[in-house]
Amino acid sequence: MNRIDIKVGTFLALRQVRHASFLTTALIISVMTLTFLNLVVVNGILVGLVKTNANNKFYSGDVIVSPLREKSFIERSADIVRMAEAQNGVVAVSARYIESGRLEANYKTRLRQTDLINDAGGQIVGINPDDEDMVTQLSSKIIEGSYLEEGDYDQILVGSDLLFKYAQIDSPGVKTLRDTEAGSKVRLVIGDIEREVTIKGVVKAKVGEVDSRIFMIDNQLRSLINRFDYNVDEISIRLEPGADASVVKQALIDAGFDKKAKVLLADEAKPKFLQDVEKTFGLMGNLIGSIGLVVASITIFIVIFVNALTRRKFIGILKGIGISSRAIEFSYVIQSLFYAGCGTLIGLFVVYGILKPYIDVNPINFPFSDGILFVPISGTMLRVLTLMITTIIAGYLPAKLIVRQNTLNAILGR
Amino acid sequence: MSNIIEVTNITKSFKDGDRVTEVLKGVSFSVPKGQFVAIMGRSGAGKSTFLYQLGLLDHPTSGELMLDGVDILKLKSEERTRFRLERLGYVFQDYALLPDLTAIENVVLPLLMQNVPDDIAYEKSKQALMRVGLEKRMYSLSNKLSGGEQQRVSIARSIAHDPKILFADEPTANLDSESSENVISIFKELHKQGQTIVMVTHEADYGKITDRTVLLADGVIIEDTINAHS
Ligand SMILES: Nc1ncnc2c1ncn2[C@@H]1O[C@H](COP(=O)(O)OP(=O)(O)OP(=O)(O)O)[C@@H](O)[C@H]1O
Ligand SMILES: [Mg+2]
Repeated sequence: MNRIDIKVGTFLALRQVRHASFLTTALIISVMTLTFLNLVVVNGILVGLVKTNANNKFYSGDVIVSPLREKSFIERSADIVRMAEAQNGVVAVSARYIESGRLEANYKTRLRQTDLINDAGGQIVGINPDDEDMVTQLSSKIIEGSYLEEGDYDQILVGSDLLFKYAQIDSPGVKTLRDTEAGSKVRLVIGDIEREVTIKGVVKAKVGEVDSRIFMIDNQLRSLINRFDYNVDEISIRLEPGADASVVKQALIDAGFDKKAKVLLADEAKPKFLQDVEKTFGLMGNLIGSIGLVVASITIFIVIFVNALTRRKFIGILKGIGISSRAIEFSYVIQSLFYAGCGTLIGLFVVYGILKPYIDVNPINFPFSDGILFVPISGTMLRVLTLMITTIIAGYLPAKLIVRQNTLNAILGR
Repeated sequence: MSNIIEVTNITKSFKDGDRVTEVLKGVSFSVPKGQFVAIMGRSGAGKSTFLYQLGLLDHPTSGELMLDGVDILKLKSEERTRFRLERLGYVFQDYALLPDLTAIENVVLPLLMQNVPDDIAYEKSKQALMRVGLEKRMYSLSNKLSGGEQQRVSIARSIAHDPKILFADEPTANLDSESSENVISIFKELHKQGQTIVMVTHEADYGKITDRTVLLADGVIIEDTINAHS
């Protein structure tokens, strides 16, 4: 391939594209657009299912402090909270008391000892509702009833996973409360302490940690279990968007709090299974993407092949008047790049101009996740590059197949 | 050696399964520079097949072929393409223009392929189109032209690079009498300027304007006459 081949090839490609029928061009470009979307969006949704950052947003905050392994609470909790609140970029800090307990729903109607207990176990979490809301937007995750307020005496929030209504599982290991919803009275049991409470609201954040908890006002829980040392079991810290969480973590460690508690970034605290699920979905996305790429190359191959086949006579004429095979092949490569390029541009616009902004505002409502569209520019560019390379090959091969045929036969249509 | 075409005992046969059809059965033929030759014969005589061999659109089964002093059959396929591009012109019966290109683009394309600079190439193409009287339709898409006009574009394309030999296969077969006359007068004019031309034709009349008439029948030359007028 030399300069003249490129020049003549481009000359031919430009004129062929310019004089191609609008309908054909539109059809080919829309096929390319769909191919591109298939390549980028399917993967983006799959990975977006798990890359929602929900764990950070609705549970851990940007930095989470939890007890050391051998301790049952965080020592010097109040100092940690005070220090965290003083850090640059920190928006809110939520300190949570946590006790294991259980809820009983049919304690009034259950007459005999042998009647089945309608109950469910979970962690009872004492929170300051305002702090908690600033850290995890918990109030926005109420799907029934309403959020807690300071001073609510015998009111609780229940995670949706604890209610049969929302989690239709009832295996011996995992029990859920039947016939229970916002407004129901239930018995809260912590060890041998019992109190009758009302379910004020139901929480569903699609984060396992949150959806299996029972929330109540922190000082209510403290008085219920007679705990007055103000040492809590979990501290979540929320930063301004863009603020560096590792700076805050480091500040807490430098102050020596790592001797008193585990200080982790959101990602470090993410449960292992979530990380595995992310990897799995990423892998699946790539797998489907690879299939998409194969489909894309076959599509381009067929389009260029049909295009070249219908122009077999003209390819013969070109060869007959002395145009080099390489120039003709190059003209088809340029054409396929043109189609793929247009498809890609439209696809990029659809993804970043329409789909992503829309889904960012209206996440896709999957049962276990509010899916976002995870389409980082770098990944997309890699796909664009792969698509272009594929296009060059898939455009070149069919052109070569036709160009290789006997010139005279092509001209005479034999 | 003044013969620009020197053909020795060329044969061409086609295989179709076990059947072998011998279309050219040993044709020898030479043309001096500047001669205007008409090749005639019945349909199926092998005229087109013969011209394809001469015009390097096909490859003979056996024989020798010298064009412009070059032993063609010793060339590699790429060199043959190059030779055809630079030194030969070929006018097809059905014009063989590229529909996506305008008249002038059709003409300029082989020149661009020869690495002629754009301005010179377009200038030469304009001149070629003027010679065939088409300067007014230069920028029309070729498939929007009439048959006669298309054939003239095809001629312009084949002469724009000043070929050593111009081949034409029944250039007037698809044209009405007026367009035919027009085309033939172009050939006459080219001939006057010294162009070597080999033209396949059905029209016995054209014997009046050519230097020589070669009659093909069943794959061999059965008659070769120098026409009296020249
Ligand atoms: N590719 C081929 N395969 C088989 N036979 C062929 C092939 N090309 C030509 N022929 C045969 O060779 C013979 C001569 O064909 P050719 O086209 O050269 O005739 P022609 O003299 O140009 O006729 P016409 O005046 O009709 O154009 C015909 O009988 C044709 O069937
Ligand atoms: Mg013929």
